[in-house]
Amino acid sequence: MNDIRIWSGPSASNKTPEPELTRRSFLRTGAAALGGMAALAAALSPLRELASEDIPNLDQLFQKHYKEMTPAEMEQALERIRAKVEERYAVRPHLRDVKPMEGVEFVYALNLSRCIGCRKCVHACVAENNQSRSPEIQYIRVIEMPRGTLDVEKGNHHYERPTVPDANHFYMPVQCHQCANPPCVKVCPVEATWQEADGITVIDYDWCIGCRYCEAACPYWARRFNFARPNLPKDQLNSNMSYLSNRPREKGVMEKCHFCLHRTREGRMPACVEICPTGARKFGNVLDPKSEVSEILKTKRVFVLKEEVGTLPRFFYYFDERYPNSLDPEALAIADRLRAEEGEAYGCLPDASGPRKDFVASATPKWWNGAHA
Amino acid sequence: MKMYLQFLFRCFRLSFVGDYRYYAWMFLLTVFVLLGINAYCKQLVQGLATTGMTDQVSWGFFIANFTFLVGMAAAAVMLVIPVYIFKNRELHDLVIFGELFAVAAIVMAMLFVTVDLGRPERFHHLLLRFNFPSSMLTWDVLVLNGYLLLNLHICGYLVYCAYRRREPSKLFYIPFVFVAIVWAISIHTVTAFLYSGLGGRPFWNSAVVAPRFLASAFAAGPAFLILTLTALARFTTYPVPAKAFMTLRTVVTIALSINMFLLGSEAFTEFYTDSAHVASAKYLFLGLHGRSALVPWIWTAILLNTVALALLYLPVSRRRGVLQAACVMLIVGIWIEKGMGMIVPAFIPTPLGEIVEYLPTLNETLVTLGIWAGGLLIYTILVRVTVPVLSGRLTFDQSFSSAISGDQSAPPHGESSTEEHHAPTVG
Repeated sequence: MNDIRIWSGPSASNKTPEPELTRRSFLRTGAAALGGMAALAAALSPLRELASEDIPNLDQLFQKHYKEMTPAEMEQALERIRAKVEERYAVRPHLRDVKPMEGVEFVYALNLSRCIGCRKCVHACVAENNQSRSPEIQYIRVIEMPRGTLDVEKGNHHYERPTVPDANHFYMPVQCHQCANPPCVKVCPVEATWQEADGITVIDYDWCIGCRYCEAACPYWARRFNFARPNLPKDQLNSNMSYLSNRPREKGVMEKCHFCLHRTREGRMPACVEICPTGARKFGNVLDPKSEVSEILKTKRVFVLKEEVGTLPRFFYYFDERYPNSLDPEALAIADRLRAEEGEAYGCLPDASGPRKDFVASATPKWWNGAHA
Repeated sequence: MKMYLQFLFRCFRLSFVGDYRYYAWMFLLTVFVLLGINAYCKQLVQGLATTGMTDQVSWGFFIANFTFLVGMAAAAVMLVIPVYIFKNRELHDLVIFGELFAVAAIVMAMLFVTVDLGRPERFHHLLLRFNFPSSMLTWDVLVLNGYLLLNLHICGYLVYCAYRRREPSKLFYIPFVFVAIVWAISIHTVTAFLYSGLGGRPFWNSAVVAPRFLASAFAAGPAFLILTLTALARFTTYPVPAKAFMTLRTVVTIALSINMFLLGSEAFTEFYTDSAHVASAKYLFLGLHGRSALVPWIWTAILLNTVALALLYLPVSRRRGVLQAACVMLIVGIWIEKGMGMIVPAFIPTPLGEIVEYLPTLNETLVTLGIWAGGLLIYTILVRVTVPVLSGRLTFDQSFSSAISGDQSAPPHGESSTEEHHAPTVG
């Protein structure tokens, strides 16, 4: 340790005044600077591949937060998005900002005795909400659960058996629970996600910075991130869209289920409810005592997932007391018919080519017999 | 003002001057920085899909390194407390190197958060809709920036006073030093609360996370400073008293002991209770349903920390070489334990019970290495500039060359005499 010398020490014999600009030092400094610049330019070169659409223009960069936009500014933003959609998908979208209705609080109920694991809700959701086909983004996860437990760790997310629905399992679809005490909203550093008056937690896709804190905070694994630029074939775009729901997203932002607010705020059912062949899915206004969901909450033994985390979900599950340990025979009959009709395709997930056309909400199944009623 | 600009300019010039080892080191770091910038540009173009992260494991290497570095920054306080509260003399002139490292570590931590963002160009949204006090991330933004400013002020003031040959006015830095002590603890506490406040992630949802973070930081940080001081003693004339190493060794030993104890407490609670909570811990330590990507990591960490602790307890670590080896071991051990071992398992299994494993990709690793290299580059420059100023070789009334001409009392020898870059040249 006594071996002391100056780190930067030049030789003792060189104690001359500092070398001001000499030709040699100039050339050396110049060459080093030039080399450095060239290396930096080479390092930055991948930026040339940045798609022009990915570079935000000034309007987008300085667009205000959803809650701060005046109606005129919102219209301007909508017009910008319309133009962008038209440019990319060659369709003029029916895009608007749908506001919550007065006196409405949406609630979801799901009858697990009627879910047959067909995953049509997943297809309908992807088709309705313009999720990316590649990489695939889906808001609904259907878990195959062994009977007798609600421990999701015992469930199977990737069931692909021809025996679905299996007699020893039940099928539990999970999506955003639209919590009344949402941890995702609490943690967002920029208020890009919030709860609306009708109970739907929404995301301003133009405000999200993509930190994914909400994704870490969600106890239901309901949130999805656009790790890459979303990919959606032109002919599969759903042009009925709203600002806070299913307008096409960009890379680097979060998205999730929003109870199809562009439908439900206009009096229609969410796509997943509409497609469900067995009527397992129920949706409505809990503030209306006569609504179906109010009736279910009053008369069924409903439960929520992970009640202990205190999130107060607006998504309720229940088993039909008449069939505590098996599928509702009516639902089973529908499953049998679907399996016969669809064969291998029964229960499949949407793939990179998108959801199956015959599984989307607008298609009226030919076997339809009014099971909803 | 003019004087201050001249000071900054001289510091800038000084950072380009050194012997061949200095140039080699800086060249190496620059290469990694450029590789990192290149990898980050690719990430900007293709999105975070260039990383190993998924919707299942949505935070990975970047956030792991961020967490570790916040701790390293906070650990500077472990030099400040002995000096300013217990009036330790040996460390007095060395505190500044801890504070300078805090500056570099905070810059790295901030860079790690930035590269983890999906839309970095929207960073200004933080200023416009700051979700304070609800979001712990906003707390983190405040405390990290505050800590950076505090340390920049303290270091900058002391170094500039030395440059001006002025006695630093206590009023201008002592209060800040004491604020910084509390602030240092706050930065790592807030970072721990970022995780422990999430009810949906049982692995993090534990009150012991913050104490554990502090204990591991107060072991790894001073251990890094031991290595820094070793380099300082080796490569410069700056006086580094041997007793300083022993003081830091004590700090590291105690902090590492506490850290191991807290880790054990956590493991006991998880495994003895054996409730549904244990899944992530099981995945980390034993593997879950045949998936065990993190098992070798965490056991390596535990092994390294245990051996380091054993060495530190034994008198053998009074020997400089052994002490350095123990420091390297525990830094790596804590980096694993707190990074990959703390962040990733919380995502496995997912809240819906799915098991998807995570490993960083090459691109992600290059970005990470780039940030580390950048941080070390900053730290090297800060130290390189500070040493001659504090030694009185670079002051306002001396010419620039006196700063770079080395210590007169200790003639340089060996390879440095072959250095030519200040040789007079014929015009």
